[in-house]
Amino acid sequence: MTVKALADYRFKSSDALENYQGKQLLYINWEKHRMFSRPFVVALPPETPFSVIVDKYITDCYRYHPDFARIDWSTVVWQNSNTVFSPDPVKSLKENGIGHKDLIRFTTPGLNGIADTGY
Amino acid sequence: MDMKTSKKLGLKERYTMMTRDLAWDTTYQPMDKVFPQVGYEGIKIHDWDKWEDPFRLTMDAYWKYQAEKERKLYAILDAFNQNNGHLSVTDGRYINVLKLFLGSTPPLELMAARGFSMVGRQMVGAGPRVACQMQAVDEYRHFQTQIHSISNYNKFYNGMDEFAHQQSRMWYLSDGKSFFDDAITAGPFEFMVAIGFAFEYVLTNILFVPFISGAAYNGDMAAMTVGFSAQSDEARHMTLGLECIKFMLEQDPDNLAIVQRWIDKWTWRGTRKLASVGMMMDYMLPKRIMSFKEAWEIYFEQNGAALFTDLARYGVTIPKCFAQTVEEKEHVTHQSWLGFYMKPESTPFHTWIPGPDELDWLSEKYPNTFDKYYRPMYEYLDAQEKAGNRFNNKTQPMNCQVCVNTIKYNEPGDPMEMCFRETVYQGEKFHFCSGHCQEIFEDEPEKYIQTYISSHQALQGNCAPEGVDTHAPDFNPGSHIADYWRLDPRATGDFNGSEDQKNFAAWRDLATKN
Ligand SMILES: [Fe+2]
Ligand SMILES: [Fe+2]
Ligand SMILES: [Zn+2]
Repeated sequence: MTVKALADYRFKSSDALENYQGKQLLYINWEKHRMFSRPFVVALPPETPFSVIVDKYITDCYRYHPDFARIDWSTVVWQNSNTVFSPDPVKSLKENGIGHKDLIRFTTPGLNGIADTGY
Repeated sequence: MDMKTSKKLGLKERYTMMTRDLAWDTTYQPMDKVFPQVGYEGIKIHDWDKWEDPFRLTMDAYWKYQAEKERKLYAILDAFNQNNGHLSVTDGRYINVLKLFLGSTPPLELMAARGFSMVGRQMVGAGPRVACQMQAVDEYRHFQTQIHSISNYNKFYNGMDEFAHQQSRMWYLSDGKSFFDDAITAGPFEFMVAIGFAFEYVLTNILFVPFISGAAYNGDMAAMTVGFSAQSDEARHMTLGLECIKFMLEQDPDNLAIVQRWIDKWTWRGTRKLASVGMMMDYMLPKRIMSFKEAWEIYFEQNGAALFTDLARYGVTIPKCFAQTVEEKEHVTHQSWLGFYMKPESTPFHTWIPGPDELDWLSEKYPNTFDKYYRPMYEYLDAQEKAGNRFNNKTQPMNCQVCVNTIKYNEPGDPMEMCFRETVYQGEKFHFCSGHCQEIFEDEPEKYIQTYISSHQALQGNCAPEGVDTHAPDFNPGSHIADYWRLDPRATGDFNGSEDQKNFAAWRDLATKN
């Protein structure tokens, strides 16, 4: 369906890629660790190596959780939205197929939050 | 012109003269040119005279009645303020309810006033036009009286002075702003369903109970009186919304499908808007009235179901989101409070971990969910705070493109999983908190691609004070946004250790001891 309007109704998206001056939006969520309430968003150049996501952004945000130190990174399951994928840490976001406004979800098998609550 | 005034008019006659007789059909211009908005939404009206005026109130009677209420209200406000009424509230934490309310509600009352002024001009029939005018004045009055009642607290406590600036900028106020922006940019009939019906009729008690009864329970005479002074207006507003629904459905069978879609959409949008109200009831009122879950059961599940049974004769069915809201009533307030608690530097009000007996109250009120999902986490965070390591999530949020809530709700049927939904429109991805919001987007994508999402705006460099180079490689939007919001640092952070906490305790001591 489309908007019903009395006049021509066409506006730009508030978050179109060109609004980010060479960067793109990326959302990140640690599954079953809902203590952080919601995913977080960053704006990064598509050339950013994937390792930066883990070493900087994920670590800075999630290390507050007691499960963080227990993560076995070799068992982590990565998803881009609902699709499982295996990111190459030295390759860029773009080379890993990560585009504007993609949502990276990671699951840490065996770690299910405080007292296994999902938080 | 001669006017016979010898005989005193009867109520009905007087009403007719003061409302319907004031309207006329235009002749210099065709009616559909003068009233173009009533046609384009697809609602078919054949006879405007069939509109039943639900309350036969004339403007002169209205002014008299409202003026009387104002006099009483301001007498009580004056007395409350002169007697340092703010020190008689149950606990200093209570004042944070007012801060949240001040940012989120009066600005929306003002939007309601604007909306009803517009619809009052756009509708053809004199009946709905007069009723909309009165409601516009009511809403303006609510906007003013709410601010007046809270202004006295502003002299003593932090975080209230910039609510008008913050309303269109801050992350947690974007849901309410988006709610009204969506309604006011719709046509007049959708606006009536959105605000007059879904909000005023279906959901209004959920807002009233926590705020007014909460104020009464917690010794806030000022806010309580403002609430009661608005209540007789609300009774009129509810009737108007319901009358509009019935009118549309009686006018043409083709209207049903459109009206049903609006009911589905706006009941859901209203439900999302109320998540933070529920949080007031369960977490912020020092003395609680009832749980959000109980309020939802009484006011939505029972009363709402009765209403929709009544409307079934027109073919209207219960809103699509009904079952999901029933499931969510066990979860949303706990998820919302966490969402605010974990962001202590980003609200002009304080947050805290409930005390042990408050946690017990939550366990008792939420036997199916609180101990299983939420209590261990809150106890963990409490221990961290006491160890000097209070939670502070410094990242920027991901929001729903439609309701603009942060994406913090669980997947239906699985409280441990976050709920994600997405769609692609014109090559761009859009994310939602729920299937309902996704559906609303897909009905009118051109509208929702314009949504204002605070964290995105900051990352575009639009939320820094003047003079900051937003293109610098080390530009960090998070470090400027508090200034952009004009957020008073004294108003942020945990309630424990706050200036409000200290002042309230010290002033109360002065007032009650030698
Ligand atoms: Fe109102
Ligand atoms: Fe109202
Ligand atoms: Zn949503």
